[in-house]
Amino acid sequence: MGVHQIRLTINGKTFVEEAEPRMLLSDFIRENCGLTGTHVGCEHGVCGACTVIVNGSAVRSCLMFAVQADGEEIQTVEGLSQNGELTPLQQNFKECHGLQCGFCTPGILMSTSDYLAKNPEPSKKEIKEMLSGHLCRCTGYDGILKAIQKTVEDNKETILIEGS
Amino acid sequence: MNTVIGNPLPRVEDARLLTGQGKYIDDLGTPGNTAQAAIVRSSYPHAYIQSIDITEALSVPGVKGVITGKDVQTYLNPFSVGVSTPVKYYPIAIDKVRYVGEPVAVVIAKNRYIAEDAAELVKVKYETLEPIVDIEKSIEEDAPILHENVGSNIANHRNFHYGNVDQAFNDADRIIKHKFNFPKYTATPIETYGIIAQYESSSDQYTIQANFHGPFIIQSVMAGALKIPSNRLRIIVPKDIGGSYGIKAGTFPYMVLCAVASRIIGCPVKWIEDRQEHLSASSSGTDRVTYIEAAVKEDGKVLGLKMKMIDNVGAYIRAPEPACLYRTHANSTGAYDIPNLMIDGYVVMTNKLPTGLIRGYGGQELYFPLERIMQMIAFDLGLDPAEVIQKNLIKAEQFPYHTASGGIYDSGDYEKAFHLALDTGKYQEFRQKQEEARRKGKIFGVGLACIVEPSGSNMGYITIALTPEERAASLPKSGASEAATISMDPMGSVNVRISTTPSGQGHETVAAQIVSDVLQIPTEQINVVAELDTSTSAWSIASGSYSSRFASLGSSAVYYAAHKVREKILKIAAHHLQVAEDDLTIENASIYSKADPSKKYSVKRAAGSAHWNPMSLPEGMEPGIYETYFYTAKKAEAPDENDLINSSVTYGFVADLVTVEIDPETGEVNILDYITIHDAGKLLNPLIVDGQIFGGLVHGLGGALYEELAYDEKGQFLTGSFMDYLVPTAPEIPNITIKHIESPSPVTPLGAKGLGEGNTMSAPVAIANAVSDALKPYQITIDSLPLSPNKIWNLLSEQKVTNS
Repeated sequence: MGVHQIRLTINGKTFVEEAEPRMLLSDFIRENCGLTGTHVGCEHGVCGACTVIVNGSAVRSCLMFAVQADGEEIQTVEGLSQNGELTPLQQNFKECHGLQCGFCTPGILMSTSDYLAKNPEPSKKEIKEMLSGHLCRCTGYDGILKAIQKTVEDNKETILIEGS
Repeated sequence: MNTVIGNPLPRVEDARLLTGQGKYIDDLGTPGNTAQAAIVRSSYPHAYIQSIDITEALSVPGVKGVITGKDVQTYLNPFSVGVSTPVKYYPIAIDKVRYVGEPVAVVIAKNRYIAEDAAELVKVKYETLEPIVDIEKSIEEDAPILHENVGSNIANHRNFHYGNVDQAFNDADRIIKHKFNFPKYTATPIETYGIIAQYESSSDQYTIQANFHGPFIIQSVMAGALKIPSNRLRIIVPKDIGGSYGIKAGTFPYMVLCAVASRIIGCPVKWIEDRQEHLSASSSGTDRVTYIEAAVKEDGKVLGLKMKMIDNVGAYIRAPEPACLYRTHANSTGAYDIPNLMIDGYVVMTNKLPTGLIRGYGGQELYFPLERIMQMIAFDLGLDPAEVIQKNLIKAEQFPYHTASGGIYDSGDYEKAFHLALDTGKYQEFRQKQEEARRKGKIFGVGLACIVEPSGSNMGYITIALTPEERAASLPKSGASEAATISMDPMGSVNVRISTTPSGQGHETVAAQIVSDVLQIPTEQINVVAELDTSTSAWSIASGSYSSRFASLGSSAVYYAAHKVREKILKIAAHHLQVAEDDLTIENASIYSKADPSKKYSVKRAAGSAHWNPMSLPEGMEPGIYETYFYTAKKAEAPDENDLINSSVTYGFVADLVTVEIDPETGEVNILDYITIHDAGKLLNPLIVDGQIFGGLVHGLGGALYEELAYDEKGQFLTGSFMDYLVPTAPEIPNITIKHIESPSPVTPLGAKGLGEGNTMSAPVAIANAVSDALKPYQITIDSLPLSPNKIWNLLSEQKVTNS
């Protein structure tokens, strides 16, 4: 089977790697690019653990081929925190106990980051609907929901303070 | 410094897990020559293997080899198991397959893509046999036999009589009985099984990295299967495991399979299970049929119980089974004062995936019939279910309470917790609402469940599967051990090594909290190492993560190990300061004299002396600071000749109140409120506690409403993806209220008990009781799970047809 050269950026860094056309983007990110923060849980697009952001949209990297990402910009969980500082969303996951084993967490963080960027003030029901694309077997979703709600509330306060 | 035990401290694990720096099995580096495995699996539930043609698979470029059952047989013994039935279980089928998904060949190739390509080219010819999947039919005379050498499908059978059951049934005003079916369901951690195995011929040693989390008694089982001395099997568990809820205790057959593959092919072998493999062929909970009979007085008092339980362990009985049947043996009568008990326990084998641990293990199977019959007693006698529970609950003054079957419930106030549940859930108010709703044609119901949550298994309990005579002829087993090692380096920094192989429960955080309190140093300065390495860690056969044993046993080992370090540094300081040891105390990393606080010695200095200046140490003291403590709870004796066994060390309590509304058009069960009251003794970290309870409750909710590993009557497996096997997602989660009372355990040094499994045990029956309560006007009784809209709709439709 032939290989293709794939050039893309992940978290602002350029990667040039070769891959067979059938290679999943999830495997490419983990094995070729060495970014193991993206996790693979089901390989049929249900659990959401492998979610990354491709050109500004949350995508299940197990349902996309690496060649399809040629030339694209990708963000993974490794790109969220800067200089060792957790983002407010990550910090709230910690404070609200939004994770236990942490395996589903990277995908949820990526989906949520993408979602909140587009929907800054979702209702609890809307957050739950967004989360329905992710399976977590540890938390019962309670801490996750609280962490996201807190992030939404904190953002509102920040906007109020900045606006005043 | 304030105490940190009992505080809701955020977890030390989180920073790495939130930034993609966790180290799970699939993230570990492997030697350059590592090959990947793909497993060819049986598509038949019951068949002889006629031939396996591997020629085409071997011709695929990149394939290093293909191995079958015949190839591995030379290197393996069957796995040993704690029953006397001679079932031969290998990690791969030898000449016969007994469930859909059973391994029949392993392809080893340069990468997983190639291995999977080649696996499709392995041609297996089968001669199919009649399958058997029904629990009760499996013990009928003409049932197809899975293991010819056993002669029947029964793997274990024991009968127990405690108290005077005949008398109780003679004295009863009524006998109330029913049959219940508990389904086969599972846990589905988002991380599947993963293994990296390597054989070195020079030392005849296997090294296996795996997300296996014990019990490490299975290390001996694996070494026995691999025909090597046990110190030639090194198991290394990574620090992060992506969830388990018990299911990864069953990783071991694949560990042995990959180990042998490495030996035959001659390179390290890596295997990461896929989701379909996980659902069809990893491990699962145990399905059970229970016939329960209660001897009751007119006032609702239960005098005695008879339970015939038939557990289905699938195609092979394997460790730790038949433990599902026995783990809850001491608490068979639940939260009730019932001194007369008869148990007739069977373990059968059918053409389904072999079972193992899952969260709640045995509890949900026990409490489903027990708590359902309590409600049925109330309905039968025209009493309120709350009244019947109340009448039978063990009273606060009865603790420590000795159960009929040998349990010693350490502490509790069940009535207080139960009343808190009724008050919090506004039980009486809901009853009125229910009446009004019924008049409007709506279907409302309320369910109650009171359960005892055992934690910290006594290793002796599994031998209850043997008769007293069989036990007398073998060596006794007892205890509930765990180990921890704490070292202080020359600069006074602390490393804590635990052997509780966590998979998300925050053991690193809680261990740091305990050490922080004992040694009076901030948690940030404590490094907890959760990786377990059987060649270098302190571990016992009981080590690992199961039976909620960290809070009761793991934490105790950490606590006493920290005290050993504390004693040593105090001795060093006392020697240098020339004061009595008992005059010294530690605060803020400083040791000082209580009588004269100006006499001080820093913890760092004491550590430094132990390493840099051993000549200055008190006479006879060893240099260095490296302390291991092996803890065992005292109340963990081997079973006696009357089959009395305290199968767990601590016993918590859970009282649930659930309200539901059922849509008469669709049969969908909508949970209005879920109230759960817990008594798990002293809580070590309330943040982690509530997280564990939520997770366990939602797993129980899944078991009640959605989850089932379904097979058709021909043994074909029907739920091989997350599109078919439904697990709860965020929108399905109801309002949940958790409250605590704390009755500290007198048997653990910190007063803590295990938790996190309680609602997995209670939720299926609490919800079933609520649904039964709701459907009472329709004369519908719930006796099986899950309560899918389809099931409820069918029950309602049948009733409407009958009534019309």
